[in-house]
Amino acid sequence: MSALVTDDQIAAPDDLYQALVDAHEGLADAESRQMNARLILLLANHVGDLAVLQEAAAMVRASVLRDRPDA
Amino acid sequence: MAQVYEHPIFPFTAPPELLEGRVGAAPVCVVGAGPVGLAIAIDLAARGVQVVLVDDDETVSHGSRLICISKRTLEIFDRLGAGAGFAEKGVVWNKGRLFFGEDEVYSFDLLKEDGHQWPAFVNIQQYYAEDFLVRAAERLPNLNIRWKSAVVGVEPSSDHVRLTVETPEGRYDLDADYVVACDGASSFVRRTLGLEFEGRAFQDRFLITDVTMQAEFPSERWFWFEPPFHEGQSALLHKQPDSVWRIDLQLDQSADPEVEGREENVRPRIERMLGADAAFEIDWISLYTFRCRRLQRFTEGRIFFAGDSAHQVSPFGARGGNGGVQDADNLAWKLAAVLNGDAPDALLASYDAERIPASDENILNSSRSTDFMTPKSQAVRDIRDAVLALARDHGFARRMVNSGRLSVPAVLDGSPLNTPDVGAFNGPMRPGAAALDAPVVTADGTGWLLHQFSGDFTVLIYLGEANDGPPDGWLSTLPAMVNTLVIAPISGAGALGDAEGQLRERYDLKPGTVYLIRPDQHVAARTRVFSNVWLEGALARALGNGGETA
Ligand SMILES: Cc1cc2nc3c(=O)[nH]c(=O)nc-3n(C[C@H](O)[C@H](O)[C@H](O)COP(=O)(O)OP(=O)(O)OC[C@H]3O[C@@H](n4cnc5c(N)ncnc54)[C@H](O)[C@@H]3O)c2cc1C
Repeated sequence: MSALVTDDQIAAPDDLYQALVDAHEGLADAESRQMNARLILLLANHVGDLAVLQEAAAMVRASVLRDRPDA
Repeated sequence: MAQVYEHPIFPFTAPPELLEGRVGAAPVCVVGAGPVGLAIAIDLAARGVQVVLVDDDETVSHGSRLICISKRTLEIFDRLGAGAGFAEKGVVWNKGRLFFGEDEVYSFDLLKEDGHQWPAFVNIQQYYAEDFLVRAAERLPNLNIRWKSAVVGVEPSSDHVRLTVETPEGRYDLDADYVVACDGASSFVRRTLGLEFEGRAFQDRFLITDVTMQAEFPSERWFWFEPPFHEGQSALLHKQPDSVWRIDLQLDQSADPEVEGREENVRPRIERMLGADAAFEIDWISLYTFRCRRLQRFTEGRIFFAGDSAHQVSPFGARGGNGGVQDADNLAWKLAAVLNGDAPDALLASYDAERIPASDENILNSSRSTDFMTPKSQAVRDIRDAVLALARDHGFARRMVNSGRLSVPAVLDGSPLNTPDVGAFNGPMRPGAAALDAPVVTADGTGWLLHQFSGDFTVLIYLGEANDGPPDGWLSTLPAMVNTLVIAPISGAGALGDAEGQLRERYDLKPGTVYLIRPDQHVAARTRVFSNVWLEGALARALGNGGETA
């Protein structure tokens, strides 16, 4: 059974997107990479459910692999 | 400065096989007198088995690989009569500290409660550990240690294994009913049988050194990620006896071991760590890449593999030697029971059934620690560094920081020797767990629970406050291989006292609760309602009789 919610849950999508962009404001590349990594970890802890994280990771991985030029 | 420890020389003496020019015979030949081979040879001999132990050298370990001896290993060595040296000489530690860059991010305590004879760890050089074990081995008349005796031929057959042994005075053959191969990571026995390891090799190099210095660091395990003195890498510091310190420094994958191993190149690295004016002598330098792998099976006919010959791990977590000693602990009583006619051959199959999952647990933990230290891509390094950075403020991230998950005894869950609980229990002492120690009040003072177990099976029964004795008739009907241990809140009338209630708490004891403990001190079964049928069934099962009988 799927535990990961992929339905649209976001009331203000533009605001959410902007929040992610703002988070990187003025950061150097290396800092931005840390921004992303720490954000993932913090949200993963908020979710707190390994199965959900694994499902999300598998879904994203499949989508990344689909974009490979030779896929 | 010379090392304080003087390596003893154990002389070669020509065995009867050479003097009389005949083929020898032994119920068990143990190959290799490292910590694992010594442990199993002592354990077997103490159980009455005639043992020949052969080693290709004439002294104990030269360098010191193993230094961290876990609580469980200390309990096993103590049972084998070698504990005193570790208590006197070893450096006790329970705490670890973790640094990221300049900052301490995390500290942990591996033994938060009192009421245990042994600490979480004792640090001691491998040569001392082997020395203490050799002394204990030498006290056993039925343990025949043969130094300068290398196994150079292995010929298995259906009812014995023929070993060819090379000595300074020539070769001889020895027919052993069983062989325990404890001949280390490059095991000759393994290679001769053509057995391959399965698992991973890590590319990163680690510089491992022992230095002698007077220093004020506490006896704790200190681990750094990306310290200022060793940029981008990790470092580990451990205290050992004789003012010796173990320093592990992670190097680049591209590091040239020949160049990096030169003292002139090692010295500046250590000076950066300890300060330019630190006075130290380098005792030992070694460069390693690590493997986490094991044999598919640890038993091949009449040959058992134990310790590094069966499996290897990276040292982060100290699971190599400590895991190997648990192999010895697991195999010795089984082999002795079969040789002494107390158990069917089937019991021996449980060695693989129990120790392969234990080995996998060690491999999994050690691999994950090594992976955490050596991120394989920039993205993985980003995540690793994010964990370290968040660890400063967040408990969840601290728990992900992995500089080694330190060795704890494997719980033999799923073992065919375990009997399911009768009644509801809480706490860690489920079937398969190694019995936890606790203080007890004895007739002549105080002692430790683990010392009260005999080498055989133990039935532990808990009486309530009234201490009005076990159920009628139960003592007279116990099978021969079983000893009884009666516990009560207050000692007396043959009962040991649990003065502080720690035993009751650790074992979730209630009046009438009974445990069956194996000869290796692992829990075989427990019940809230004792009956002879339960005991006979659990005992039969623990001896490899299938267990379906009860
Ligand atoms: C840098 C480093 C640090 C480590 N730190 C720790 C630690 O802190 N704690 C821990 O638990 N583990 C540690 N380990 C792992 C530990 O050293 C090994 O797991 C342990 O030594 C294995 O013991 P063993 O008896 O199986 O094999 P070994 O110690 O390798 O002993 C094998 C013995 O067999 C003998 N032998 C070999 N071939 C033959 C032959 N053909 N005939 C006769 N004899 C033979 C050898 O001379 C030797 O005496 C560390 C390892 C490394 C590399």
